[in-house]
Amino acid sequence: MDTATATDLKTFRAETRAWLEANYPESLRKPVKNQEKEVYWGGRNPYFHTPDTKLWFDRMYEKGWAVPHWPTEYGGGGLSKQEQKVLREEMARLGCRPPIFSFGISMLGPALLKFGNEHQKMKYLNEITAGKVWWCQGYSEPGAGSDLAGLQTSAEDMGDHYLVNGQKVWTSYADSADMIFCLVRTDPEAPKHSGISFLLIDMEAEGVSTRPIKLISGKSPFCETFFDNVKVPKENLVGKLNQGWTIAKFLLTHERSMIGGVGDARKEVPLSQIAIKEVGLDDGKLADPVLRLKVAQWMMDGMSFKLAVERILDEAKKGQQMGAKSSYFKYYATELNKDKHELMMELGGYDALKWGEEYEGGKLARDMCRTKANSIEGGTSEVQLNIISKRILGLPGK
Amino acid sequence: MALVLNEEQQMLKTSAKEFLAENAPVEALRKLRDSKDPKGYDPALWSQMTELGFAGIAIPEEYGGMGFGYTGLGQVLEETGRTLTASPLISSVLLSATLINLAGNEHQKAALLPAIADGNLLVSVANEESNAHKPLAAETRFRKSSKGYSITGTKKFVLEGGTANKFIVSAKKNSKSGLTLFVVDAGAKGVKIDQTPMMDSRNIVTVTFKSVKAAATDILGGEGKGAAPLEKALDIARIGLSAEMLGSMMEAYDRTIAYLKERQQFGVPIGVFQGLQHRAADMYCEIENCKSLVIKSLQAIDSDSKGLAVYASMTKAKISQELKRVTNEAIQMYGGIGMTDDEEIGFFMKRARVAQRTFGDSNYHLDRFATLNGF
Repeated sequence: MDTATATDLKTFRAETRAWLEANYPESLRKPVKNQEKEVYWGGRNPYFHTPDTKLWFDRMYEKGWAVPHWPTEYGGGGLSKQEQKVLREEMARLGCRPPIFSFGISMLGPALLKFGNEHQKMKYLNEITAGKVWWCQGYSEPGAGSDLAGLQTSAEDMGDHYLVNGQKVWTSYADSADMIFCLVRTDPEAPKHSGISFLLIDMEAEGVSTRPIKLISGKSPFCETFFDNVKVPKENLVGKLNQGWTIAKFLLTHERSMIGGVGDARKEVPLSQIAIKEVGLDDGKLADPVLRLKVAQWMMDGMSFKLAVERILDEAKKGQQMGAKSSYFKYYATELNKDKHELMMELGGYDALKWGEEYEGGKLARDMCRTKANSIEGGTSEVQLNIISKRILGLPGK
Repeated sequence: MALVLNEEQQMLKTSAKEFLAENAPVEALRKLRDSKDPKGYDPALWSQMTELGFAGIAIPEEYGGMGFGYTGLGQVLEETGRTLTASPLISSVLLSATLINLAGNEHQKAALLPAIADGNLLVSVANEESNAHKPLAAETRFRKSSKGYSITGTKKFVLEGGTANKFIVSAKKNSKSGLTLFVVDAGAKGVKIDQTPMMDSRNIVTVTFKSVKAAATDILGGEGKGAAPLEKALDIARIGLSAEMLGSMMEAYDRTIAYLKERQQFGVPIGVFQGLQHRAADMYCEIENCKSLVIKSLQAIDSDSKGLAVYASMTKAKISQELKRVTNEAIQMYGGIGMTDDEEIGFFMKRARVAQRTFGDSNYHLDRFATLNGF
């Protein structure tokens, strides 16, 4: 399908547009107020904000477009890259919400497609596309943050199963999730990178418990997750024993380019418009001359980064390796986002400090707090700079 | 358009790189400086460069050029930035030929552009007057009589003005009238040239025009109609100069990274220290941004984009900021050796400061970027 002619794509676009027009529920054609609540997350105990949220997911799943880029045998749409782009554009055109939001799609899926065996792919990927299982990620531990490979949660080989003991932290929505993909230590004697495996664990298994962590934003999207003598079937090992670090690195790179916002098709309101709305113009110039230059600087930095992502993707199409450039994307995008939110706080004046219920004036302050995590999660800014130094610049290590 | 070079542009870049590395390394600039030659460039090198067609890259084929566009010229400029090659490329080719092509009539283009493309005619724009970039604020005045025009005023920061054969001088009839552009012979009666040696060792001068005669046929683009083509030519020149600055930035950076790997202190290469690594890595990110701005802006010239002014200001502002930082960090990371005249890294900082200021510095363009974006 990658060799589809322009005519084929044109037809596909026309059909897609017509199908979306006919099938995207009328009641969803308005802005999302509370992303977390209104979007469908999937799971064994599914929650749909409205009946139309369910209708929209069901229709997209039937069409294979819940996960359009996966192969059809796993419940995906089997679309070519060009067709995916058309679908994204047409969905953006109509303002369609994603039918489902899932770490299974964005995180576990790519790992299983690359490292899973056929049985695992058939079972888990089909469950994910059908929205039947809510996955969460178990990487970080209290003693293993930036030094992720220092993780201690152990999985002991008991012959017919693994016995898991330890604690994970920053597990997103672990209190709602059905399954967790985990990095566990399977060889305590080996050097730290060589004793780690990638294991799938049922959150309903005996001995698994969670506790939400309240953040400075006031929200609790993350949990601590505890494993106390949890029995895990041996078939739940992904990839080879003690080679989980390879999968972890693959997923971290993938996560970084996601956090870096590569491929995000949504349209943002330019910061200058927010500034004009908040501060006003005086003789055609932003009324606050200091903020005016700060906003201009941020916009220039933002536009130059956007062009850099575009250029590097263009170069990748011509065969140049992306390599560790995802660390640059992750570093720069998250720092930009933090700066943007601080600038919006400055533009917003006293009102920006409000801590009312979310969506009643308290959103910006909470969002600003949340952005502080951007440069911590998925590898801190400092870790990204280390990676650039070592893998791109070739500077010596200690 | 994909933000990558096509095959022809890539070939041009490669051949420019090889030629300049061989014939015009930084060492050549040092020799030129030490010779105190007021020309500020090497005529023999310039004639080799013009033989390779460098002066005609962006000039249309019908006027004796290669019609290769500004993305192509930008590649050569980037390479001259790497070697800090002093030549009339910026003044005569990038700015003056562009302005003549935009504002000139058929006769003027046919008379001037082929000679610029050959490298035999050198033209400099004489526009700046105050101590900062105010491109449309000429105090130079002209009088019009039955015998023609007479121009009086003083122009400073005229690039390569000491060797120019002709000037394009901007003047107004009175404070309220529009800008008029005259083409004037450098040897004309009443033209006085004063050298103003600058820190980059190039030839920048102040030109005084005292009742200098000009004819109606010497006007580019019509009386009072010079501002629009001048602004556009300046935008193109800002982008082209940014390409040169990008080359200098990458070269200074590459040299610094190499130095971090080689210089030993405490028994290890200093590049192992995180205090230096993180600064180096952060500069890497900004250089990636700058590379993208330059290619996008060069393409915007060639596609005659409506957003040209925004691209020009964004690119010149950002490149000026980052070049300043990279050249400063280079000297800091080189340490004491970076302070010595024997080491070449200092030449990059000196050229950077002049280039940063030329055609508007980062403050000027940050302000203009905001204005162009409606705030």
